[in-house]
Amino acid sequence: MSTDQTDVFALEAREALEAARREGRELAETERVVAMVEARTPQEALARTRANEANANSAAPGSREPMMINLGPQHPSTHGVLRLVTELDGEVVRDIHPVIGYLHTGIEKQCENKTFWQAITLVTRMDYLSPFFNIHAYTQSVEKLLDLEVPTRAQWLRVMISELNRITSHLVWLGTSGLELGAITVFFYAYRERDRALDLFEMISGERMNNRYFQVGGCADDMPPGFEKLLRQFVTEMPSRIDEYEGMLSANPIWLERTRGVGILPADQLIDLGITGPALRAAGVDLDLRKARPYSGYEHFDFTVPVGTNGDAYDRYLIRLREMRESVRIIEQCLDGMPEGPHIADDRKVVLPPRGELATSMEALIHHFKLVTEGFQVPEGEAYSAVECPRGELGCYVVADGGPKPVRVHMRDPSFVNLQALRPMAKNAYLADLIAMIGSMDNVMGGVDR
Amino acid sequence: MMQPWWIMVIKTAFIVFVVITGFAYALLWERKLIGRFQQRYGPNRAGPLGYLQPLADVVKLVFKEDFVPAGANRILFQMAPVISVVAAVTAIAMIPFGTAIHILGYRIPMVGADVSVGVLVLFAMSGLGFYGLVLGGWASGNKYSLLGSARTAAQLVSYEVAMGLSIVGVVMLSRSLSLVDIVESQRSGLWWVLVQPVGFVIFMITAVAETNRPPFDLPESESELVGGFHTEYAGMKFAMFAMAEYVNMLVVSALGACLFLGGYLGPWLPGWLWLVIKITATVFVFIWIRSTLPRLRYDQLMRFGWKVLLPIATANLVLTAIIVGVFFSK
Repeated sequence: MSTDQTDVFALEAREALEAARREGRELAETERVVAMVEARTPQEALARTRANEANANSAAPGSREPMMINLGPQHPSTHGVLRLVTELDGEVVRDIHPVIGYLHTGIEKQCENKTFWQAITLVTRMDYLSPFFNIHAYTQSVEKLLDLEVPTRAQWLRVMISELNRITSHLVWLGTSGLELGAITVFFYAYRERDRALDLFEMISGERMNNRYFQVGGCADDMPPGFEKLLRQFVTEMPSRIDEYEGMLSANPIWLERTRGVGILPADQLIDLGITGPALRAAGVDLDLRKARPYSGYEHFDFTVPVGTNGDAYDRYLIRLREMRESVRIIEQCLDGMPEGPHIADDRKVVLPPRGELATSMEALIHHFKLVTEGFQVPEGEAYSAVECPRGELGCYVVADGGPKPVRVHMRDPSFVNLQALRPMAKNAYLADLIAMIGSMDNVMGGVDR
Repeated sequence: MMQPWWIMVIKTAFIVFVVITGFAYALLWERKLIGRFQQRYGPNRAGPLGYLQPLADVVKLVFKEDFVPAGANRILFQMAPVISVVAAVTAIAMIPFGTAIHILGYRIPMVGADVSVGVLVLFAMSGLGFYGLVLGGWASGNKYSLLGSARTAAQLVSYEVAMGLSIVGVVMLSRSLSLVDIVESQRSGLWWVLVQPVGFVIFMITAVAETNRPPFDLPESESELVGGFHTEYAGMKFAMFAMAEYVNMLVVSALGACLFLGGYLGPWLPGWLWLVIKITATVFVFIWIRSTLPRLRYDQLMRFGWKVLLPIATANLVLTAIIVGVFFSK
């Protein structure tokens, strides 16, 4: 970055400081962050280090310059391809400069070249650990534009599968973040259960990952025979499995040492930065879209939203484990009270006709042909709808111009927003704690880069 | 009569053979055991039940490119793993594995070298082995490796002291620094672990740190420093570091067995088998700990070493010294 741009940032920070002094008030949290980080970019920081290295011989003996180290993009614990240009003073992190974009796939842009119907396949691939939530946000937005009513059974199926997905996503988080702190065994425990859940996904949607199960108007299919029994077996066993994970970690002194007091930011600052999900709830803010703005029939379910007190990595860990327990409860309620009815809306202009009708009904054949080749038309307008994904508020903003393809699809991905908190958190923390923080924020790079 | 040179050669060859085999199978058993701890099988493809896996590993590692990174100090980079392995294998020569036997009129002690200050030599060797880690990381020209080396040095300093103090009690009780004498002093059946339980616990904890095993594997913590000191190592040089680590684990287990658990002493079975059983049990504990505990943070490790282990070890030492001085002084 050029020097004049740097000055602009520095100027901004200075102006904020002066304004605060004029008005006789403290700096707001965000302003303080801006002022604190001096808005240095990785390129700048690297240039500075090179300059320092060049005149290292002339530097005063004993003067301390930070060591620049590239954490990632190829690094075992940056959850994919996050790159952190880190300024280290010994073992202490002085500053980090996150660099993203190594997993950029242009999914949002690609959606503009696909019909509304085809774009579903793309959005599942963004946050690859929570495909159902991606689809859910997207289809909800499209349904909003179409003003399409989703049948109750479809809503409940969506809730059931979403909660199962929440469990698998949290299990991946538990396994990998445990691995990063050196607890290698919990990884295999978590993946053991995840695999069974993936079997269930495969059973109901035909795929183990990137499941294209939710459709505009409902779900692709009803529960296959035998699915309910297996799912019930899974949810009855799951609480004891969670006890197992807790037995390994919750009271483990080393785990406590490593996670307690790590990565704390005040709740105001978290809100200022737009953090949502378990990271925000761990700090004591009770914000869960399933309760705050119920969608897809969440108001019919009895569950609690776990809230923490300290907002450290340990609280985030506890909250995710409790959320898994709540998800189990919701799935049980889904299974017990699953309403009868169609699994998808009966709007032939949007929804594929049932397979059996194709052989007998000319009209069904025409609809099928039109939908598959051309897609359905969505009236002009824009819509935003959000779901509570395992990482926070996952919103989808869709703009339609009346044609079969979206004009714009944008995702508000919680991984991307939550990543912002990493820099203020990591200041003056230990390098090992930085790893614990990355783990506790649970960012999925597929969702960050899109 | 002194042992002739050819007996020394045979013994040396035998010990090196046993150590290398022991390393290979310690590694295999670790992988198998951790597999079981983690509800999977572990290696079971190569040969019957996977028991040829070490061979397959060696073949793979031998055929890897012998790579030296551009920024590395070539000589030190090549030397470092050798230092580690040589120090580790030398150390095992001090371990007695049986009572002396008589062949052809020669008295042959069942130990590589019965040095009168065996314990000190063993410590010196394990300290020397750390040079391999420190130099290797520093010579790699990689910042992760450098950090790993710095951690190694810091860890060595904070743990060697507590470890040394933890065994001085045993040395005082048995009135010798020779490992053969220390083992023989437990012939009455009173193993020193019963007299020095605190010393034993501290020894075991520091032994884990000494061998860079989890939860004290900070020098190589793969989730922070990628591989720490051995980030840049591949092929046989990497294998040598692995070998040094496992041989060190065997050495430390054997040392613990000799100092606290009566070494090769035990009823019914031959002495070497007793030693193997004791070493195996200790190594099993190492593996168990690895599969159970997360890793400590650098500063927590230092704090634990200096503020917890060292004072306890010192108090234990002082108490032992007073008791030995008052009641057993002749």
